[in-house]
Amino acid sequence: MSENPPLYAAQEPVFPRRVSGKFRNLKWWIMAVTLGIYYLTPWIRWDRGPSLPDQAVLIDMAHRRFYFFWIEIWSHEFYFVAGLLIMAGLGLFLFTSALGRVWCGYTCPQTVWTDLFILVERWIEGDRNARVRLYNAKWTLKKWRLRITKWIVWLLIAVATGGAWVFYFADAPTLLNQLATLSAHPVAYGTIAVLTATTFVFGGFMREQVCIYMCPWPRIQAAMMDPDTLTIGYRDWRGEPRGKQRVEGAGDCIDCMACVNVCPMGIDIRDGQQMECITCGLCIDACDDIMDKIGKPRGLIDYLALSDETAERAGKPPKAIWKHVFRPRTILYTALWSLIGVGLVYALFVRTDIELTVSPVRNPTFIVQSDGAIRNVYEVRLRNKLGEPRQFHLSLSSDEILRIDVDGTNGRLTFDVPANATQLKRVYLTARATDPAARVANTPVRIWVEDISSTERAYRDTTFNGKVSQ
Amino acid sequence: MSDKKVDDATGVETTGHSWDGISELNNPLPRWWLWTLYATIIWGIAYTIAYPAWPMISGATEGMLGYSTRGEVATQIAEHEAKNEDLVAQLVAADLETLPPSDDLHRYAVSRGGAVFRANCSQCHGSGAAGAVGYPNLLDDDWLWGGDITNIAATVAHGIRNETDDDARWSEMPAFDEILEDAEIAAVVEHVISLSSPDHDASITDQGAAIFEENCSACHGDAALGNRDIGAPNLADAIWLYGGDRSALEHSVRNARFGQMPAWGQRLSEADVRAVSVYVHALGGGE
Repeated sequence: MSENPPLYAAQEPVFPRRVSGKFRNLKWWIMAVTLGIYYLTPWIRWDRGPSLPDQAVLIDMAHRRFYFFWIEIWSHEFYFVAGLLIMAGLGLFLFTSALGRVWCGYTCPQTVWTDLFILVERWIEGDRNARVRLYNAKWTLKKWRLRITKWIVWLLIAVATGGAWVFYFADAPTLLNQLATLSAHPVAYGTIAVLTATTFVFGGFMREQVCIYMCPWPRIQAAMMDPDTLTIGYRDWRGEPRGKQRVEGAGDCIDCMACVNVCPMGIDIRDGQQMECITCGLCIDACDDIMDKIGKPRGLIDYLALSDETAERAGKPPKAIWKHVFRPRTILYTALWSLIGVGLVYALFVRTDIELTVSPVRNPTFIVQSDGAIRNVYEVRLRNKLGEPRQFHLSLSSDEILRIDVDGTNGRLTFDVPANATQLKRVYLTARATDPAARVANTPVRIWVEDISSTERAYRDTTFNGKVSQ
Repeated sequence: MSDKKVDDATGVETTGHSWDGISELNNPLPRWWLWTLYATIIWGIAYTIAYPAWPMISGATEGMLGYSTRGEVATQIAEHEAKNEDLVAQLVAADLETLPPSDDLHRYAVSRGGAVFRANCSQCHGSGAAGAVGYPNLLDDDWLWGGDITNIAATVAHGIRNETDDDARWSEMPAFDEILEDAEIAAVVEHVISLSSPDHDASITDQGAAIFEENCSACHGDAALGNRDIGAPNLADAIWLYGGDRSALEHSVRNARFGQMPAWGQRLSEADVRAVSVYVHALGGGE
């Protein structure tokens, strides 16, 4: 049956060896900061007064509000979130075109949690060689004990991870109390269960399989790289032929397999750039360590740009890193990113605490009253974004004579709008039969709302429709 | 494994399949992915057993869980009704005439009434309640049978000109086709037009006024302002249910118009009748 090679491959287990160095240290720091942000953010308190939640970062689905420290976003301001997503996209383009898969290697949750899970694994089962031995060993009591201990610790981390997620959507201390007393909403338990399962499976067992087979992002990123992009590579012109050092004409690579043994993806970087590489930099640390020991210069494995290869092969020094990073493409990405950022900040600062939206009712476009007067109806939504109730006054400005009324208020135009709330008012504009506005198709009007105590104002422009006689 | 074929350019093993010199590389899929495929197949089969799925000659298999989207909607509606039980009881008991629009119960009535209106009333009165020829506009300030909530609710509950409800509103107008001469009809139409429009033939309006007083004023009133007790429309205002031009008015005089409306009290709950009355009252013309 040798004519039919196997079409499905078993997962090759990967046992990354412990490594130390500058990239490993950077990754420890990034792990501490990102996990710290993730787990602790929901617990930061922020005083917003009595009627609002005092959680610094909260996505309040039920009330359609997003709180981020001093910023409060209502559902109609969702464009801020869209803007942030566009910025995140452009930021990813920028970093990918400058530094390759730097997101994958350092900050992607899959990488960070896998790193954490491997740390636990190494702590319980030992480093690479011990883990390989354990993997090949029979299922003795010791193996069971080690495996179960590891799985329990992984599970605890997974539960904490799933648990931290739900705290972003409800008051964290209250929800924790509810979770503990089994009185929380089933959705909370369901979410925790799903995220616990995915964290446990993806971080513990799937690992590099997620990056290679499940994630679409590595495939997309290749399109954003160019010859100036700094990615991790092997200086084969320096390293080859690899092997024993004492042989005449030997390269710097002693074929110690350190770079392969530390790789969390289980690849050999000396084969060149490959789809599986997440550019985590651990092979650089491993190789630099060996180079130091054998007294050779560092950088046999290094961040390299493809455009330097010809020069380096000819023995010339590579271009300075900043020349690779600062080029029209990255400058354009930075400019676009900044432009949207400045736009969002501007939009944030010109927001008013009171707002109105005006929807003209165009079914029908106008109403004839018994005395021949023409009436238009508008649905006016008043928003009080302040933490205290306010008195809003509605008024009208127009070149023509029009009367403004609000349904059910007996001519009153001032209302109380509760704190942090929206009120819908049915507003009537009326032109007497003899007034010009009743007889022309469109009259521009401006509807104002004013906060009586602060005199802050906002307006919306709309039109008044008259009855045009045939 | 001597006949293991390897592609020269890539160093990847091939499947041995070759077409016109192009050979198929074998980059094997991870086996767990295959298991995932099997798992989804099993899931798919289990799903069609558990839930309604397979089409049969009439209907479909019901599924072992007995689930249906229709049933879920019914449950949700029932839950919603149970939640609103209190409000419904309050709505039935409330004095709607004095209920302030800022009251939560009023807001509830308006939104509930809006739903009732869109489902039951919009077919004739229009989704915006602007009516059509022969179907009153409910947004304006002109009412045939009265525009306070009590009168609106009575109209909604008992309807107009229907035999099924003893309390239905019932207006009567003779067809003047056989009572008046053609010239007399033209004159009375001109008189009615003169009440609200300067654009009329003044030479026959006096004759028309005399005919009006004799034949029409008993119901429509001396000044043609109508009479809500008997549903006689105001003829002196700017609003015409069946059109205000000469031919429409002549048609009305000759044949009379007998608009109808079902008695909604027979189909809707008391709370719904009250809610839709509050909704209509709050459209802008309520009195």
